[in-house]
Amino acid sequence: MNSLYFLLPEIFIFIMSVILLMTGLFVKKIKIINYIAILSIVIAVVIILNQSFQSILQNSFIIDEFSKIFKVMILIGSAASLVMFFSSKEDQHINLYEFPILILFSTIGMMVMVSSNDLLLMFIGLELQSLGLYVLAALNRNSLLSSEAGIKYFILGALSSGLLLFGISYIYGFTGNTNFNLIAVNYSEDSLGLIIGIVFVCSGLAFKVSAVPFHMWTPDVYQGAPTPITGFFALAPKIAAMGLLVRFLLNSFGEIYIDWQQILIFISIASMLFAAVAAIAQTNIKRLMAYSSIGHIGYALIGVACVSPEGIKSLTVYLMIYLIMNISVFAFILTMKRNDEYFEQISDMSGLYKNHPLSAIMISLMMFSLAGIPPLAGFFGKFYIFMAAVESNMFVLAIIGIIASVIGAFYYLRIVKVIYFDEPQTSYDGVSIKSLAVLFYPTSLLVVIFCFYPLPLLKIAETASNSFF
Amino acid sequence: MTVTQLTFYIFSSVILLSALMVISARNPVHSVLFLILAFLNAAGIFVILHAEFLAMILIIVYVGAVAVLFLFVVMMLDIKTTIEKSNILQYMPIGLFIGFVFIAELVIVLINTKLELSNMQILSNPLNKFAELSNTKAIGSVLYTDYILHFQLAGVILLIAMIGSIVLTLRERSGVKRQSVSEQLSRSSKIDLVDVKSKEGIDIK
Repeated sequence: MNSLYFLLPEIFIFIMSVILLMTGLFVKKIKIINYIAILSIVIAVVIILNQSFQSILQNSFIIDEFSKIFKVMILIGSAASLVMFFSSKEDQHINLYEFPILILFSTIGMMVMVSSNDLLLMFIGLELQSLGLYVLAALNRNSLLSSEAGIKYFILGALSSGLLLFGISYIYGFTGNTNFNLIAVNYSEDSLGLIIGIVFVCSGLAFKVSAVPFHMWTPDVYQGAPTPITGFFALAPKIAAMGLLVRFLLNSFGEIYIDWQQILIFISIASMLFAAVAAIAQTNIKRLMAYSSIGHIGYALIGVACVSPEGIKSLTVYLMIYLIMNISVFAFILTMKRNDEYFEQISDMSGLYKNHPLSAIMISLMMFSLAGIPPLAGFFGKFYIFMAAVESNMFVLAIIGIIASVIGAFYYLRIVKVIYFDEPQTSYDGVSIKSLAVLFYPTSLLVVIFCFYPLPLLKIAETASNSFF
Repeated sequence: MTVTQLTFYIFSSVILLSALMVISARNPVHSVLFLILAFLNAAGIFVILHAEFLAMILIIVYVGAVAVLFLFVVMMLDIKTTIEKSNILQYMPIGLFIGFVFIAELVIVLINTKLELSNMQILSNPLNKFAELSNTKAIGSVLYTDYILHFQLAGVILLIAMIGSIVLTLRERSGVKRQSVSEQLSRSSKIDLVDVKSKEGIDIK
């Protein structure tokens, strides 16, 4: 039972959430519950940073640099959405103490996902994560859109889990093992069943990261779910599913990458182009962010498709920058509020430069960064990805990526145009809300100063890629 | 053809037919009953594979608990038994197409795979150390040791399902009068015993 010691962060978060579940019944102040939840996430981050390389439970659960970095990113995303919960819990009709608890539970699932080295554990982690997310999407019972989001996400999520299980059964059937490393030893080169298995597992995971042929749920769920939860959807689960995809493909099928590389190339090209074109017609900022996240996942998948140390490194950098930019944007969306009513249309952002000059500058910089304009962080994220693609001789992928990001720049820049050049409106509550300012200013600053100090992030990403090569 | 093969074909053909009936029966109660039939036959196939523990679990959990619950829900919900034909025809082509693709995949895989006997034995008995043990003993010996994390996480999933269903359905209604037992019992000081005389009654303050 010595090995359970290495599961400390997961066990700690689980115990904390069960304790909070009990105390929530008696302590009526949701604020306190939320503070304790954030505190326990911070403690879990500290524990994770102090762990060293381990593989436990018959090599089915791995703690290495890669999983540590991804876990910290996931926990930052969860903590960010908990902070967003402070300011919006009453107006979004999600004033329930179960919110932080459900977030903590699905965070456990994500942590298991990025550490799992076994088909069974991977599926259990994925289900643990998704079940929490289904409930969170439908949490606002007064809103028809929120219920629709929950139902849509649940049905399509169940379908994708079915595809995933079908693929897992093929892989198990043709290799006789569930452990990723043992699968790598036991498969036979020309097995057709194995390839079908990989295809199905990839499509199940592509659903979870909302890559293009499986993206249909994303805009509706993003729009329907309450904003702090939309933020959570955009941040943590995608990073977790990405980490799982990388470990599954590289650990078990790293040798036959020719077979799955083309799937990833197709998915990433389709995601980039589709998101760039479809987002142009959007008028709702949350829907726009949904398409934006589909596009960003497309770029991140290039990093996986490279199958090289540079690829994994650039993927990690890209996801970190994606996380920071999205925290900032979603914190900003929550500030668009007056008289306890939220505004989600892009046209509602007009006149921001007059009423909130500082946040107008910041959010414009964020849009430039999302579009990938130098010298902001978003540019460097794309730059490393395209560099990795060129180094792996995938020029077509890099060129299509650049074209898609040029098309995509249109809808990000339109927001800047609306902020600065359209007819002004009355002012919003703005970033005066303390809990949002805590998220908005530091993350925006990070995006701006990344070009001066890129080395720390790059070093971290390098250690992550060393876990595989 | 051996007895095992014969029973396998009987069980699997009954499964296929009853699965077909589950989705095509007009009365939802009949659908659930056919579902139970499918579960029972699947349990039979597990027995042929020497997985008697899974077979029993399938019957106890799926037939005993889940399907009976389904039956209750279906009977209580008063679902209309008429299905709109037009919808079926509308989605028929795409459904048939997807089904055809799946079957084609399975057939292609089967044709191109050489199943060797040694592989089959590895698959049916992947862990050598349990060759001597019975099914239930083998599962019991790994469930709380090698698979402790999987097992406990499955428990957490059930916990989330419970929390989630309560969060989504429990509504706090205002103005509902509830019985508070402790308050009632502590009322003794306010209760007076009055000797009511016949044909006079008393005033209630």
